[in-house]
Amino acid sequence: MTLMTGIGAAPAGSARPARKSGRRWLPYLLLLPGTLWLVVFFFGPMLTLGAASLWDPAGSLQTGYAQTLSFGNYVDAVRDAGPQLLRSFWYAAIATLIGVIIGYPLAYAIALKAGRWKYLLLVAVVAPMFTSFLVRTLAWKTILSDNGALVGLLRDIGILGADGRLLATPIAVVLGLTYNFLPFLVLPLYASLERLDRRLLEAAGDLYASPARSFVKITLPLSMPGLVAGTLLFFIPAVGDYINAELLGNPNTYMVGNVIDSAFLVRLDYPHGAALSFALMFLILIIVMVYLFRSGTDEVV
Amino acid sequence: MNYRIGRWIADRWVMGVGLLVLAYLALPIIVVAGLSFNRPSNRLSYDFNEFTLDNWTNVCGPAGLCDAVLRSVQIGFLATVFATVLGTLMAFALARHKFFARPAVNVIIFLPMATPELVMGTSLLALFVTGSVALGFWTILIAHVMFCISFVVVTVKARLAGMDARLEEAAMDLYATPFQTFRRVTLPLALPGIVAAALLSFSLSFDDFIITNFNSGTTVTFPMYVWGANQRGVPPQVNVIGTAMFAIALLLVLATNVRRRRGARVA
Repeated sequence: MTLMTGIGAAPAGSARPARKSGRRWLPYLLLLPGTLWLVVFFFGPMLTLGAASLWDPAGSLQTGYAQTLSFGNYVDAVRDAGPQLLRSFWYAAIATLIGVIIGYPLAYAIALKAGRWKYLLLVAVVAPMFTSFLVRTLAWKTILSDNGALVGLLRDIGILGADGRLLATPIAVVLGLTYNFLPFLVLPLYASLERLDRRLLEAAGDLYASPARSFVKITLPLSMPGLVAGTLLFFIPAVGDYINAELLGNPNTYMVGNVIDSAFLVRLDYPHGAALSFALMFLILIIVMVYLFRSGTDEVV
Repeated sequence: MNYRIGRWIADRWVMGVGLLVLAYLALPIIVVAGLSFNRPSNRLSYDFNEFTLDNWTNVCGPAGLCDAVLRSVQIGFLATVFATVLGTLMAFALARHKFFARPAVNVIIFLPMATPELVMGTSLLALFVTGSVALGFWTILIAHVMFCISFVVVTVKARLAGMDARLEEAAMDLYATPFQTFRRVTLPLALPGIVAAALLSFSLSFDDFIITNFNSGTTVTFPMYVWGANQRGVPPQVNVIGTAMFAIALLLVLATNVRRRRGARVA
């Protein structure tokens, strides 16, 4: 559900020419409450987080924190959480790759092959979001359980050893990430495949292009905006997720979110938690920028 | 000929893979529904053991579960009302007026949707702690309204952009006042978008874990309950709630689709 509207956002700026009434102040009045809310509770917190990331790490919640511009917090935080930070990007990247491999055929099938079943299949894509994120992730604990049918089968055919398991392994975490964020990838991809002019494919066929060739030359390039938007909408929340790592993994699969969670809520070490959180945002921002630049599309935002 | 065979295989192949992927997406939901009828062998077991209706007849059995669901409904309802009102006003301003600050406002609306929840959650916590605001019901509500607004703006704006401006012009030509035009023409046409935005807000708020986790203090919402229960063993009633949520959402979506089709037929 979330994403359906997310894609609706894509063609921004399609406003109709404004009515030429004299009330120039009206749009500002309409915008004021909502904008104020976002400024106070989105940008305000961001600035505070930035400030907190430079607090004196020797302080505590009881004694208060002094602002000492301790840039060293970033060095310490990134060094201490290095493995988890790397793991977050690594897991999210693998999950995104798997997502593209299995999500593309799905989006393609719905957009070009489903006919009158299109709506029903789209509902099936977003259906996981109808139930709670945590409850459906817990269901994977049952599916991947050591006593479950899946592990039994994999043990029988020798893919897993006799005491091999899936739960509490990186496989389970990546599987969970892929599952939870797949709809975010499929929907924008579907939207751009749906807009594809089929006459181009017919023309390619008439000109003796093989199906594979017309896919590479026509379908794939024309679906790039959807693919880029979809991979970002998948990747960004996947990097920051720690529910899958906690529920399906073990401490050796912890991601950066687990570290930030414990810094703020268990160790109450705000300066390092804030520094790690901010560093994460910058890293994601850089990756997104490079990705958008390299894929040569600016139609996403 | 060769081309046709290739085409035939390609058609079936793609649909086959697509359906397999849909099965992957559907599997956990089926498991949740199944587990809602399960009597687990022990507290920490997630395996299917024995059929029972007890979980459905005794949903509120586990201490705190129904309180948590109720709290999530309360927060979801209030967050929906606030976010829908604030976001709809913004959507009207953006869809109907050209003004100097538009690009800046668009950025302000876009950023919360592109920022990882982890960063928004921790930053709100930093703000509340710095301002000595006690964490609980109200801080959760503030956070939820914040992240719902952008989605409301985008949803309502999309609906407004697809509307036929001539209908409003016609109303004006027929001497309707601006208020009458808004009340009788614009608002009814925009309503499906506003309703969709409200439903979306509710589901976003109801299901939020990461941002809530940082700003809830000791207040327990449904996702917080499940998270906490994961350490001690999750009661099977959680799956009843999950199944019921799924059924309600599915009915709502299918109902709006039937209405939409009927509307299309009349038009």
